[in-house]
Amino acid sequence: MSDISAPNKLFAKSLRIFPKRVWGRFRQIKWLVMVILLGIYYLAPFLRWDRGAHAPDQAILVDMAHQRAYFFFIEIWPQEIFYLTGILVLAAVALFFVTSLFGRIWCGYACPQTVWTDLFVWVERLIQGDRMKRLKLYNAPWSIEKILKLGLTHVLWLIIGLMTGGAWVFYFNDAPTLLEQIIHFDVPWAVTAWVVALTGSTYLMAGFARDQVCKFMCPYARFQSAMFDKNTLIIGYDEERGEKRGKKKKSESWNERGHCVDCTACVQVCPMGIDIRDGLQMECIACGLCIDACDNVMDKLELPRNLIRYDTPLQQESRREGAEEETQLLRPRTVFYAAFLAAVASLMLFGLISRSETELHILRDRNPLFVPLSDGTIRNGYDVKILNKSHEDKHFRLTVHGMEGLVLRIQGVGEISADALLVYADSVGHFRLFITAPNPAKKRSNIEFFLEPIEGGDTSSYDGVFVSG
Amino acid sequence: MSETKRETDQVTGTETTGHEWDGIKELDTPMPRWWLWTFYACIIWAVGYWVVYPAWPTLSGEGERGGTVGSSEWTQYKQLEESQSEIHARRAQYQADFDAASFDEIKGNEALYAFGLAGGKAAFGDNCATCHGTGGAGASGYPNLNDDDWLWGGKIDDIYTTVRFGIRTSHDETRFSEMPAFADMLSNEEIDAISGHVVAVATKTTVTEQGAQLYADNCASCHGETLGGLRDFGAPNLGDALWLYSASKEEITAQIRKPKHGVMPAWEGRLSPSTIRQLALYVHALGGGEK
Repeated sequence: MSDISAPNKLFAKSLRIFPKRVWGRFRQIKWLVMVILLGIYYLAPFLRWDRGAHAPDQAILVDMAHQRAYFFFIEIWPQEIFYLTGILVLAAVALFFVTSLFGRIWCGYACPQTVWTDLFVWVERLIQGDRMKRLKLYNAPWSIEKILKLGLTHVLWLIIGLMTGGAWVFYFNDAPTLLEQIIHFDVPWAVTAWVVALTGSTYLMAGFARDQVCKFMCPYARFQSAMFDKNTLIIGYDEERGEKRGKKKKSESWNERGHCVDCTACVQVCPMGIDIRDGLQMECIACGLCIDACDNVMDKLELPRNLIRYDTPLQQESRREGAEEETQLLRPRTVFYAAFLAAVASLMLFGLISRSETELHILRDRNPLFVPLSDGTIRNGYDVKILNKSHEDKHFRLTVHGMEGLVLRIQGVGEISADALLVYADSVGHFRLFITAPNPAKKRSNIEFFLEPIEGGDTSSYDGVFVSG
Repeated sequence: MSETKRETDQVTGTETTGHEWDGIKELDTPMPRWWLWTFYACIIWAVGYWVVYPAWPTLSGEGERGGTVGSSEWTQYKQLEESQSEIHARRAQYQADFDAASFDEIKGNEALYAFGLAGGKAAFGDNCATCHGTGGAGASGYPNLNDDDWLWGGKIDDIYTTVRFGIRTSHDETRFSEMPAFADMLSNEEIDAISGHVVAVATKTTVTEQGAQLYADNCASCHGETLGGLRDFGAPNLGDALWLYSASKEEITAQIRKPKHGVMPAWEGRLSPSTIRQLALYVHALGGGEK
């Protein structure tokens, strides 16, 4: 083997991959998934959702300026950001679940890196031709034709990048308004900055980095191996049937040799540049394009398909031993992920369903703790905050229970009565409350505040204390 | 256990690091070259950054806060100044509106009222809290500003006048009164009878005829026949539950014999007229303000 005393190379040039075009089942699924996902990405911000006069009518909107996030019927205030944590937990566990069942199909079909790379390769192929032509152009000396073709490819890539960044900003602004602003070249600087940054990153990631992202940047690609077991779906080459491989001579019979004719179609179409016949590899994103390529060759040779196929290590093993084993979908791992997924989802659902449109928060004064008044009564001061998360202006009646002879007074601009506290739609009402009570025997009395929406709705309550000594 | 024998991995054709753990060997895969270029690009970026932005401390300690300034002339101190001047400009607008408005107008305008209270709270902490406490709860001899018992009046204009000119100061407009030292005028027994009368009224127990008579002759002209006090003279209400010094008979007797006279400074000239107005608003809003 190689000379061990020779110094090892610290860096190696990554070889550029020129995936060959392929037709087939999985390629079609990939095109379909791409169209659906890109369709969602580009069109979703333009979906409307009526929320009344006091809230935006965009179905999906993260409104940074007004500190609100909308997702169809869900509306989130900044203090409810924990829903975002829930969504992230949900996304992570769903990914674990899918991986333990079906392997890296997220990587192969739905990951943005895969989708955009696919799109960029499609453009590249449209301008420069298929694999051999691209390879030839790549190795050719500079010429007018090369400059034109490469230039056009990069221009198209940049346009796609621009549209990617351009679509992103619609999720953070009213889409039709922003579209009009963009048409008139009159956009806020933050929008421009985001568009430029995302244009650049799309161009860089899908145009140049491609497979390098999966190999060297993506953490998920690495820790997915922890979710793999013998029943996980992987792309497998049927070694028993394929070997011994080699070009077929006319005189040879299929029964005497392996079915693999070493045409390298599977290698040429691989977007990760690997040879699946070497077995399961870290680079494989399970996109199935090699299956399509091999199936096409097998069809031509009039041999059965599935020399390369979606397989599990268990089935590979059992075939080698001549036994036939069923893939187990119901395994402790998948059951656990499913249960955990259901638990998190129901917890979030419960949170969303029980989310109140009104919230009451009351903070008692600590300095002074209490104020003795000239007639011998005692006064306590409170800061009252009423969150009106509905989209209508509402009046609330604030009452206090737990002590006798309480007198409530609201201190503020104009005459405000605790019986009719006005809180505007989608905002927080802040009130200064004084409660006066005849000097009670106890130094600390527990009281309870009740907030009743006069226009109808559930009553909120808040536990409090009245201090008098 | 780890051994150190470099070899070539059969499957990948890559050299191993020579380390082996329980049969697992580490491949010594070379880094991708672009990673190196990224590293160089970061270094070039850093050099550009040094030129454009403040980066290096200077030996002489000159330049923008002791460092190189950078070609963009941007510094965080300038940015701070800019954003502060923005706030100052916004504040100046509020200030102008506040100064032009009367107390009644301010109390009818949510934004101006909030502005006044915020300014008043800050000024109170800086100037008034020393005697009256940070929450305005006062102490013996220093009135509690939260309650409804006011020596010189609890309307917002009264409070404004008190803050502005002070009590028993050298200012021409100062609030001034002086309770006589009755030790020079009355006998100990008579003084004792008066303090007894005051305590009896305040605690709603039986009054004596002698005490009532002595009170009417000596005290009622200022403190009122029913002990309600008189705000024109800053004469405290003696009939309520609140006491400036103490509710004990000894303290009341001592106060009649040789009264202590509290002094509050005049804030005119020390604080701006606007700040004094903010303070009046703030104190009025503490809870005891009168209409």
